[in-house]
Amino acid sequence: MTQTIVPSGFTQAAFDAFLAARREPAWLTAQRRELWEAFQAMPLPGRDEEEWRRTDIRLLRLDKFGLPVEGTGGAQLPEGVLTAGVTLGGRTATLNSVPVAQQLAPKWAERGVVFGSLDQLINEHSELIRRHLFTRAVNPHADKFAALHGACWSGGTFLYVPRGVTVDEPLYQLSALQGGGSDFSHTLVIVDDDAEVTLLAETAGDDTPSLHCGGIELWVGAGARLQYVNLQNWGSGTWHFGHQKALVGRDGQLQWTIGALGARVAKVNQHVGLIGQRANAQVNGVMFTEGRQHLSYHTLQHHEAESCQSDLLYKGALQDHSRIVWRGMIKVDPNAQKTDGYQRDDNLILSEGARADSIPGLEIEADDVRCTHGATAGRVDDQQIFYAQCRGLTRNEAVRMIVAGFFQQVFDRIRIECVREALGHAIGRRIREYD
Amino acid sequence: MAEILTIKDLHVSVDGKPILKGVNLVLRRGETHALMGPNGSGKSTLGYAIMGHPGYEVTQGTIELEADGATHDVLAMEPDERARAGVFLAFQRPMSIPGVKMADFLRHATTNVRNPQRKEGEDLIPMRDFRKELRAKMEQLKMDAEFARRYVNEGFSGGEMKRAEILQLAMLRPKFAILDETDSGLDVDAVRLASQSIAEIGGADMGILIITHHDKLLEHNRPQYTHVMLGGRIVETGGPELAEELHQRGYDRIRAAYPEAAAEEAAMSKSENAAAQLGVA
Repeated sequence: MTQTIVPSGFTQAAFDAFLAARREPAWLTAQRRELWEAFQAMPLPGRDEEEWRRTDIRLLRLDKFGLPVEGTGGAQLPEGVLTAGVTLGGRTATLNSVPVAQQLAPKWAERGVVFGSLDQLINEHSELIRRHLFTRAVNPHADKFAALHGACWSGGTFLYVPRGVTVDEPLYQLSALQGGGSDFSHTLVIVDDDAEVTLLAETAGDDTPSLHCGGIELWVGAGARLQYVNLQNWGSGTWHFGHQKALVGRDGQLQWTIGALGARVAKVNQHVGLIGQRANAQVNGVMFTEGRQHLSYHTLQHHEAESCQSDLLYKGALQDHSRIVWRGMIKVDPNAQKTDGYQRDDNLILSEGARADSIPGLEIEADDVRCTHGATAGRVDDQQIFYAQCRGLTRNEAVRMIVAGFFQQVFDRIRIECVREALGHAIGRRIREYD
Repeated sequence: MAEILTIKDLHVSVDGKPILKGVNLVLRRGETHALMGPNGSGKSTLGYAIMGHPGYEVTQGTIELEADGATHDVLAMEPDERARAGVFLAFQRPMSIPGVKMADFLRHATTNVRNPQRKEGEDLIPMRDFRKELRAKMEQLKMDAEFARRYVNEGFSGGEMKRAEILQLAMLRPKFAILDETDSGLDVDAVRLASQSIAEIGGADMGILIITHHDKLLEHNRPQYTHVMLGGRIVETGGPELAEELHQRGYDRIRAAYPEAAAEEAAMSKSENAAAQLGVA
């Protein structure tokens, strides 16, 4: 049963009550208070700011939402789509930012792996978390939403994999929104040197107006390997604001795949910092929008050390009157010689009224680098449709096949079969008649 | 009942410009016809018009297909309906479809052509049976098994594309096939193999219209009829000896015998060149 949430708004009283209900280390309470003040002092971003020029949030009413409230859990948790047929090493789930389930297979716990709700692990791992939370990864002063998230984060997921441990079963995180709630989940992943893990994360929700104001911080140690998938699959009424950043150390490898299917408006900053020599990051994006959805992604591949590689491939298909904005930047510091950076954004426009903006950018301060970028946007090729029709495929079947083929290039990079399948099915279900 | 593809007085325009100006052709199942003619005379246009390419507007004339005990108005059918009714075009320049594996594409195509009544979303032919048949056909065409896993025509060489077209012909087994310069881009050995393969696939079972400039493809597919197209019309029809003559001596005799069509051809290629210079072609 879905409960109706009475919004508290983001008032001082609501924040004080939120703090009072939490038993947290003093440093965290102080951090929250500081960021609360920053949140109150900052205006909502306006369209005069480059990052927000194409994203209209004038209809957002923050006072229609509120801080996470204990006791709003308990309703039926929606089903995720990511993990069909997969043996998981552990899972966490939150509903409206309140932890409702957490589990880790004993064999991983015995090897020192920590996985569960950030809320519930904060006291036990206070010092470790303190060194990583809002320090070098996400900047909680980036904008009003980052500050609000820093002050009010709750639920969330904490994953720590000790040095040299390989977790060969994927871990799973579900964040759900229901009945007009808010989600302030924060994900903090620390993969220590030479460790390896896969984390599959997804969101789910109903179509009532709701708010996600989240943060993701991924720390990949020296020689460590992290595969991280996050599928944004909120309902059609959700406002999604996210600050996400990964830091990859020397010889570390990150494969970060994002899927974006849901939300009414999404504004995401996805940053990757390559901070140790020969660090490697592959970023994959799969987006499918419809109706009047608006997704805006601002990616940064920041090369801070020598001989690092970053390779970003985003692919989006747009239906109806939806819009996808991508602004990508490869930034190479003066000392980051032998950088190999690549970014590409391809969009397939399935309806007359849809629009994609691709704005690649390079900012290079070293002289011995290879950085390239590309972007395409186009309709389904009539010649391809005709060719397939000449082989007996209906126009509809031809379009479906061509759209699936369009995404195949990015699916070919995703090694996790259940993720490929989930994204493929979700996209297949959404494609309608093409004219 | 005989199965016949009948083209009557077919006029076709592209971007408002007339290309075909009254083509008549009767192709019976079991017959092989050669269609020859200089570049730009309208041979490929005929192939596209028969399949229903949206860029090729039929302004006059009819195409009828007598098959399965009924007469179909081909011009009223979608390209995929024509394919499912048993008409096939081997493209001179096939399209690539990135990300779609040859095997998946062909499994879908084969299912639809063999079960013309199939509704979207209904089962495809079983993977096992399909793979077995595909593998056998590929061996017959001396194609590497890896071919099936590649994306449709993506990064194929000219010769690979043509062999892929023949593979599709072999899998779909149409009643009528138009082969548009299936020999171009192939070396001598490959043309011979293609010629043999087409004969094996087709035998006496297909009506084949072979568009070619050469006689090699006709080696194993001796045409009962050879048609010469000039200026958007078929100006002369003869037997296999006509194909040999044109291959050896070119079109000078034809142009001299049909000055009106030759003038049309000259005008068409002139306006094509002018358009190309303006960058609008």
